[in-house]
Amino acid sequence: MKPDIYLYILVMFAVTYAIRVIPLTLLRKPITNRFVKSFLFYVPYVTLALMTFPAIVEATSSPIYGIIAFILGVVLSWITGNMFLVEICCCLAVLIMNMLF
Amino acid sequence: MEEKINSSTLGDAWTPAKGARDAIPVFLGYFAVAFSLGIAAGNVGFNAFQGFLLSVTSVSSSGEYAGILLYSEGARYIELALMILIANARYLLMSCAVSQKFAPGASLIQRLIIGFGLTDEMFGLAIMTPGYLRPSYMYAAIATSVSGWALGTILGVIVGNILPPVFVEAMNVAIFAMFLAIVIPPGKKNPHVLAAVIASFVIGLAASYAPLFSNMASGTRVMILTIIIASAAAIIAPVRETVGTVVTEVEEEYEEEEAAEAETLKNEEAEDET
Repeated sequence: MKPDIYLYILVMFAVTYAIRVIPLTLLRKPITNRFVKSFLFYVPYVTLALMTFPAIVEATSSPIYGIIAFILGVVLSWITGNMFLVEICCCLAVLIMNMLF
Repeated sequence: MEEKINSSTLGDAWTPAKGARDAIPVFLGYFAVAFSLGIAAGNVGFNAFQGFLLSVTSVSSSGEYAGILLYSEGARYIELALMILIANARYLLMSCAVSQKFAPGASLIQRLIIGFGLTDEMFGLAIMTPGYLRPSYMYAAIATSVSGWALGTILGVIVGNILPPVFVEAMNVAIFAMFLAIVIPPGKKNPHVLAAVIASFVIGLAASYAPLFSNMASGTRVMILTIIIASAAAIIAPVRETVGTVVTEVEEEYEEEEAAEAETLKNEEAEDET
């Protein structure tokens, strides 16, 4: 029923490495197609945003904690941009809420 | 020869020691996130060795997270390959940009190693290097960051099983916090990025309730929505000639565009709901 973990790891590695190394070794010219360039530019932000919300709300025992962690993460990222600080604060917030309520 | 050119024109500051030092904040950040990723991997059935193998081969937060998600949903290999392609598509762009930074005649081995460690943060270090890349500087930075990543994952898998549930739940949030710390700061500088991010939050939420989308595995949903939203953004606000720096310029008619974008978002939401 479950897929094979090692085959999964292999597929992930093969695709990830191919993406990272093929342009670096073969395609030594910059991408010129404006749409492709723009699409690739936006993809990371869009994918990461989609994977974050609403998933963060489902990751905590109470959706409220997730929503608060989400808002805190957005605000702190906006103010500081310090990744480590944002991570620690969001984790602590969820921990404290869980202990208090 | 190459070393001589570099040291005579730019000083010899870009040593392996500097590479390791510059990667220390990356090590810490990776450690925390990999820890949270390790907990997630442990939850779906990875053991510590498998977690280590996953992290040391993929070295990619979004790719690994997506892979773990798909594994828990029992997705097929072809779906996995497609999802990883989408989740990591940004590296295509980074790889193209970094290829411009190699000294003429840089060896294939150099390219293969630096390509292996090309994460968002290593890309940042590579792009900030003045002139050509110093391979030994990059190797040291990559080794430092990958060890934080692998170590965090192993400990996450192991400790995730022992740690009281409240701590596990708190650590679960770290990966999302990292994603926010990646997408929000560029949004501050580039309103188009901010609009794309907000659109993704709103559409992602709407799609989790929309009839057609809510039945999909969440990995598939993310993949399809990424293609739709990133294409829309690329059409509405295409980037200028800046592959090397990966920054869009804000156009003067930005306010008009934002209004147009808001309108298309409404339309897309309406489409999602129907």
